[in-house]
Amino acid sequence: MSQHIRVNPIRCDAFGMCAELLPERITLDDWGYPMVDQRQVTGTLLDLARKAVAACPTAALRLAAEDEPHR
Amino acid sequence: MISPATGVRLLAGPSLQAGPETLAQHSARLGSFPSFSKGELIKVIDAAGLRGRGGASFPTARKWTAVRQRSRGDAVVVANGAETEPLSGKDRLLLTSRPHQVLDGVVLAAEAVSASRAVIYISRAHDEAADAMTAAIAERRGSWTLPLRVTVVRAPHRYVAGEESAAISHINGGAARPTMVPPRPFERGVDGRPSVVQNIETLAHAAVIARHGAEAFRGAGVDGATGTVLVTMAAAIHTPGVYELAGGSTIAQAVSAGGGATASVAAVLVGGYFGRWIAAEEAWDLRLGVDVPLGSGTLAIFPHGRCGLTQAAALIGFLARESARQCGPCEHGLAALADTTAELAAGRAKPRDAERLQRWIAQIAGRGACHHPDGALVMLGSALRVFAGDVNTHIKRGRCDRNPATLLPTPDWTGRRR
Repeated sequence: MSQHIRVNPIRCDAFGMCAELLPERITLDDWGYPMVDQRQVTGTLLDLARKAVAACPTAALRLAAEDEPHR
Repeated sequence: MISPATGVRLLAGPSLQAGPETLAQHSARLGSFPSFSKGELIKVIDAAGLRGRGGASFPTARKWTAVRQRSRGDAVVVANGAETEPLSGKDRLLLTSRPHQVLDGVVLAAEAVSASRAVIYISRAHDEAADAMTAAIAERRGSWTLPLRVTVVRAPHRYVAGEESAAISHINGGAARPTMVPPRPFERGVDGRPSVVQNIETLAHAAVIARHGAEAFRGAGVDGATGTVLVTMAAAIHTPGVYELAGGSTIAQAVSAGGGATASVAAVLVGGYFGRWIAAEEAWDLRLGVDVPLGSGTLAIFPHGRCGLTQAAALIGFLARESARQCGPCEHGLAALADTTAELAAGRAKPRDAERLQRWIAQIAGRGACHHPDGALVMLGSALRVFAGDVNTHIKRGRCDRNPATLLPTPDWTGRRR
């Protein structure tokens, strides 16, 4: 099943670790908050995405199935 | 202050300045309370084509169906009368002058979605509206026209307090701040029960439809914008106030209903502070709710004599202050937009500031838990297009020849609790 990265913007505190671990999908805005490329995450990127999810200090990041609501 | 409209009128009846219509007056005027069972009103509402009047314009029948399907007889109706949009006055007008029309809508919605409780959510700044509803509930106590518990809950007078997840959060005892969705209110709302959050005007229209039928409602308006709509007009208009217009009326017709503009018009802000600026020459023929979203139902008429950039800077400053400060892109992004727009307006900006504004608008879009930042971006993005001439003049010469005093109110509410 294809998966996407989702950010909970209320939890996110701009630690920025996700962008270091997964620059293929996540860049930071001018204030250090993640901007997520909504293309699906597959193959080797999926492992990196799981690491990024696990590394987030505020647990603001998750992997979601394609058919889940956007936010 | 009503323009003639065909079909049935929401604001028919005694003078709107005469205080709350009593239960006796209401019953004498409209006859007995319409009776529906098993949610059959939803079909009538669907046939009428009623859409939400709080801003999102979502089809009411679909919203009610989603709640009814989940309800075990324990759903909750939230009548949303927060109305913290500074330009809007329509919900207060209904609450203070037609409380039983609103209450009819609440009771009918409760039967339709199978609710056992209803909450009327009214701003702390609107005592008259809360008093009128409290009195109306008391008038009906013990009557079969009030078959469920209905209470009034006061909302903090902050801009996002009326956002539906914020309303649910506050009614549940928390702050009036938006929460992450899902779960959406129809899944888990007040006390964890399926809840329908519905704007006051929408509920009042539902009561009209229940009495007069879908055909009569469709006697006014056009497909996609059926029935009448309450529009609050402000700024350079001869007689500011609330008008009942046929859905799909053009902006020119609305302005004419308000007695015309008081000055040469530069632009119109449609839909409140989350709405869009439209240059006057492009605005007149646009149909409200068809060619342009009506949002919260407000029209601000902005004259050539004033500086649009300075006005837009004040508006984005207000929206930045009203951020719930929960999401980084909203808290920091709107603050940056507000600061830089204010610098531009004050004649202290560099040419690249206009580009920075555009970059930030693109960065922030879609990244809040609620739509507060998105609404702010619509307003600012359209202002920068419509007032591009003013922006260039300010960059080149520091200021323009227009009067920089603002016309639209941008109060500072930051001292108020949420």
